[in-house]
Amino acid sequence: MTFEIILQAIVSGLLMGLIYALIAAGLSLIFGLMNIVNFAHGEHLMVSMFSSFWLWSLLGLDPLFSIPITILLMAGCGVLTHYLLIRYILKAKMLIQICATFGLSIFIRALAQYLWTPDFRNVDQPLLEGRIELGSLFIGQPQFFAAVACLLAFFMLYLFVTRTETGLALQATAQDREAAEILGIPSNRMFALGWAIGLGCVGVAGGMMTNYFFVFTDVGVNFALFAFVAVALGGFGSIIGCLYAGVIIGLVESLGGLLIDPSFKLLYVFAIYLLVVIYKPQGLFGRY
Amino acid sequence: MENLLTHAKQEPVWNTSKEIISLLGLLSFFLIVFPLFGPSPFYLHLMIMIFMYAVMSQSWNVIAGLSGQISLGHGAFFGIGAYTSSFLYVQYGVTPWLGILAGMLFAALVAISIGIPMLRLSGHYFAIATLLIGISFQVVFQRWEMVGAASGLWIPLTEESSWFALQFHDSKVPYYYLFLGFFILSYLSVWRLSTSKIGFRLRAVRDDYQAASSLGIAISKYKIIAFAISAVIMAPMGSLFAQYILIVDPDRMFNLEISIIVLLMTVLGGIGNIWGPLIGVAILIPISEYTRIYFGGTGGAIDLIFYGLILMLICVFRPAGLISLLPKHLIEREKQR
Repeated sequence: MTFEIILQAIVSGLLMGLIYALIAAGLSLIFGLMNIVNFAHGEHLMVSMFSSFWLWSLLGLDPLFSIPITILLMAGCGVLTHYLLIRYILKAKMLIQICATFGLSIFIRALAQYLWTPDFRNVDQPLLEGRIELGSLFIGQPQFFAAVACLLAFFMLYLFVTRTETGLALQATAQDREAAEILGIPSNRMFALGWAIGLGCVGVAGGMMTNYFFVFTDVGVNFALFAFVAVALGGFGSIIGCLYAGVIIGLVESLGGLLIDPSFKLLYVFAIYLLVVIYKPQGLFGRY
Repeated sequence: MENLLTHAKQEPVWNTSKEIISLLGLLSFFLIVFPLFGPSPFYLHLMIMIFMYAVMSQSWNVIAGLSGQISLGHGAFFGIGAYTSSFLYVQYGVTPWLGILAGMLFAALVAISIGIPMLRLSGHYFAIATLLIGISFQVVFQRWEMVGAASGLWIPLTEESSWFALQFHDSKVPYYYLFLGFFILSYLSVWRLSTSKIGFRLRAVRDDYQAASSLGIAISKYKIIAFAISAVIMAPMGSLFAQYILIVDPDRMFNLEISIIVLLMTVLGGIGNIWGPLIGVAILIPISEYTRIYFGGTGGAIDLIFYGLILMLICVFRPAGLISLLPKHLIEREKQR
């Protein structure tokens, strides 16, 4: 095993990790804001990939250009999710909250399977194609630009949450909902905003991934699982923690696959989750 | 201790009134004589599925309803039961009767060894961990050569129906009684459990673990006990189902759908209530089997659409499940003193 192969694995793990990070950031934002885990996160990712795919297939729009549409669509989907479902279960027992979002995930996936069949689809000849060669290192162009887009989106999200007034209001609601309401911050709207932004992040990741990933109805499952792991690893409600956690997961996945056995990739990541939640339940950057 | 326990005692959900008991007597009598009417194989199959899922949902109800931990990977114990008995039979010719016992034991061991490190996890973290573990089992069994990897184990057919090999080729009736027996056994044990000291302590832990802990209830111990009991109830269903279809493969036995269905049935019927799972199963399994007939093999996706929708509707409108629609005096024990 040469140094180049390991370097190659590190780079591809890093690129994948940035995508995991952005997906996890969306999950973490919602989790931190209202203490609800979106078990339908993977299905939302699947929907965003299908939106990108259908815009290409029906309207001939390249996935790169349809990203704004996908983001808006997913944000709308988030607002809808909040007003149609989440609003009613805010005060319910955690058990019910878990079952409700779990039900949403079953519903979306089964509906997608019914409407679009479980076929694998992909976008032919997207604008982003081919690879960049750096010496002996090969980087797929779509992977590279997807990672860059995710990083960009991530920092925009970070700046929004920490620097703008709305972002601060979002944080205030996350910390103490009643106190924030007394200060005139409408919590219901903040929750809807949280869902819109959280799923918007998923829209960016899904739109960019359509360039090089197969689009099928179960595509989101593993990504959602990795996002759960990333949120636990990064620490409850910590957005910047998601960035590190996502990258760590990407690296573990690709290096573990290279050095041990690629068919057990999932298990390495799950092992991290169990180690973290058992020995360091507050995560790497947890506030609590 | 007293305050907490009386509080738990007044809670209606796990109690059973006299009307219910007499109703159940009638129901079990009917179930026992049902095959004598010579129903078609389809109805026997339907009843077998109802018994099987009723037990599986009850197993989930023990961990989620009684002890308050949500397991999203409970299908793993089903698979463990199926694989243990089938492997023992295929490899060593051990009768499935012993295989069922071995499966229960093995499932309990797995539950305890998973349970110990996961003690500290609560709520979402536990749910996610069980989801991951459920999937890990599938991944491992898909690649484990000793148990046939992705193609699984084929249980060799015996020449004739036999109670030793638990295979019946000409009629579904023996299967019917097998599943019925386990169904009655499981419900009686869970009923016994829910009114025992362990049951009360589990509910105390679920409702307020700090108070329970301050009263000297060893929280971790009881959580593990609940997990193990739940696994022991689930495993025999896997073994029996393996005998029923005579093939064991990772995609069927460790299917994530199993975990989804047991959760859905229980929540639909009424979580935390011993009769909840039965109600959910009695409603959903016929619907699911009929859609499978009308829509063919792809019916799976259609019933899942309804399952997801029903789950959301129940969570929003009737978090206590359909059982809460029944008249109060049927589910609540009469106030004693």
